[in-house]
Amino acid sequence: MKDVTFGQYFPAKSFVHNMDARVKILAVIAYIVAVFLVKAFHFLGFLACFLFVIIATIFSRVPFLKVLRSIKGILFFIILSAILQIFFNADGKILLEWKFIKITDKGLLNAGFIVARISLIVLGASLLTLTTSPVEIADGIESLMYPLKWIKFPVHEFALIMSIALRFIPTLLDETDRIIKAQKARGADFESGNLFKRAKALIPVLIPLLISSFRRADELADAMDARCYSGSKNRTKYKKMRLTWRDAVATVFIAGLIVGVVFLNKFYWLLVV
Amino acid sequence: MAILSLENVSFSYDKHSNAVKDVSLSVEKGEYVAIIGHNGSGKSTLAKLFNGLVLPDKGSVIVDGFSTLNKKEVFEIRKRVGVVFQNPDNQLVASIVEDDVAFGPENLGIKREEIGQRIEFALSAVGMEKFRHSSPTRLSGGQKQRIAIAGVLALKPQILVLDESTAMLDPQGRKEVLEVIKKLNQDNGVTVITITHYMDEVVDADKVYVINDGKIALCGTPQEIFNQKEVIKGFGLELPLCAEIRDKLARQGVILPDGILTKERLAEELCALKRKS
Repeated sequence: MKDVTFGQYFPAKSFVHNMDARVKILAVIAYIVAVFLVKAFHFLGFLACFLFVIIATIFSRVPFLKVLRSIKGILFFIILSAILQIFFNADGKILLEWKFIKITDKGLLNAGFIVARISLIVLGASLLTLTTSPVEIADGIESLMYPLKWIKFPVHEFALIMSIALRFIPTLLDETDRIIKAQKARGADFESGNLFKRAKALIPVLIPLLISSFRRADELADAMDARCYSGSKNRTKYKKMRLTWRDAVATVFIAGLIVGVVFLNKFYWLLVV
Repeated sequence: MAILSLENVSFSYDKHSNAVKDVSLSVEKGEYVAIIGHNGSGKSTLAKLFNGLVLPDKGSVIVDGFSTLNKKEVFEIRKRVGVVFQNPDNQLVASIVEDDVAFGPENLGIKREEIGQRIEFALSAVGMEKFRHSSPTRLSGGQKQRIAIAGVLALKPQILVLDESTAMLDPQGRKEVLEVIKKLNQDNGVTVITITHYMDEVVDADKVYVINDGKIALCGTPQEIFNQKEVIKGFGLELPLCAEIRDKLARQGVILPDGILTKERLAEELCALKRKS
């Protein structure tokens, strides 16, 4: 279990990998806004977003299949929302009728629209997690939240909690593995029985894990104290994030996408008719 | 002048029993001091007393003229006394080696450029320069513990306290860590206080304190300590392996001189014996 990396970071050296994490996070937010801006049934707007993802993927050197695979995780959710739209949308012209089920043209269009929207959002977001390590994302979020200091939000503490949590995920996974083996050696059964029984079988794993986490937290606190930790006061930061020409190029690119989507919304009839 | 001294220090976690009872000791600059004792003897509490993680109920702990009882001086003390604990996994705060080593200097408010230099210094002192950008989770126990030591060294402490820092390591990891510590003591003049129950780590020390039931039971050079074999065993401690071998040989009729603590010395004496016979 040692090699489990949290998230799906795909290490590589590329234009997108080298971008500032803050710009990437903002770009993904802007991209999601662009996807939502696309008016109902203006599929050309989605095409523009899809092209954007493809170009970004090419510049990230992540295999395109790997990006596509991210949809797999929410496939169930996508199919469910499509089914709901197809079978229970009664608006529009009826194409097919069987007992209480009516399939309408509007329902089909709506289903396609929602599937495209969710898939595009997931593709864009997974490109962020594929090209940015969790630590970078945490640092980026910390930096972006910096203005919240004005309302006395503990930005530094919040960021430290995030990064320590990330740091301990592999350690705790390792420990879980060890506890499961130890309980199996004592005759614990995790594989048989119904869902309820299996969930109950996990209790002897979770309790030792919880107790040891507290012990770890206690020791970590001592070690941090011993290394002169005293909160954010007078603290410096070794890693500094720097904006480069890449970030400028990417910003222009994402701005172009939003302008493009808005343009398509307004003048859709020009292109279709 | 002593760089660290404890004067009649007592401390208890609860009211009924004292973890540390009336302990006085002093450590000189550049010394290599070992503190030994069986589990629950109170020796780990000493490490926490040294840098003010716990405060004495009675008596005082003085580091370089600063007292741990003075709240304003605790920061100065922790800058001077670096403590490395037992479990490397529970000491590392960051997911990348250099970020972890930077944690201490960041806390001190040191400028970026100098933090970079300190990371370089600390990692080369423990021989881990190559792993600067790696993730600690992929390293071995010994390597992780060396990173933990580097994290403490980046604070440029005058005293390095090792609280059972080799206890969770395999023999290879233990060897790595011990070599690093010896080098730091000899080449960089860092004062080392090692708290352990591995007797083989004690034989190179300048001074040894034996803690039993929260009190200093014995104090002296490794020779002086391990000559009192029965007393040591009475405290639930073992002799260093080579001293043990010497005793077993003596029982078989192979008499070697007393006071053999290291492998080198044992080999020498055995060769001398062979030449004689």
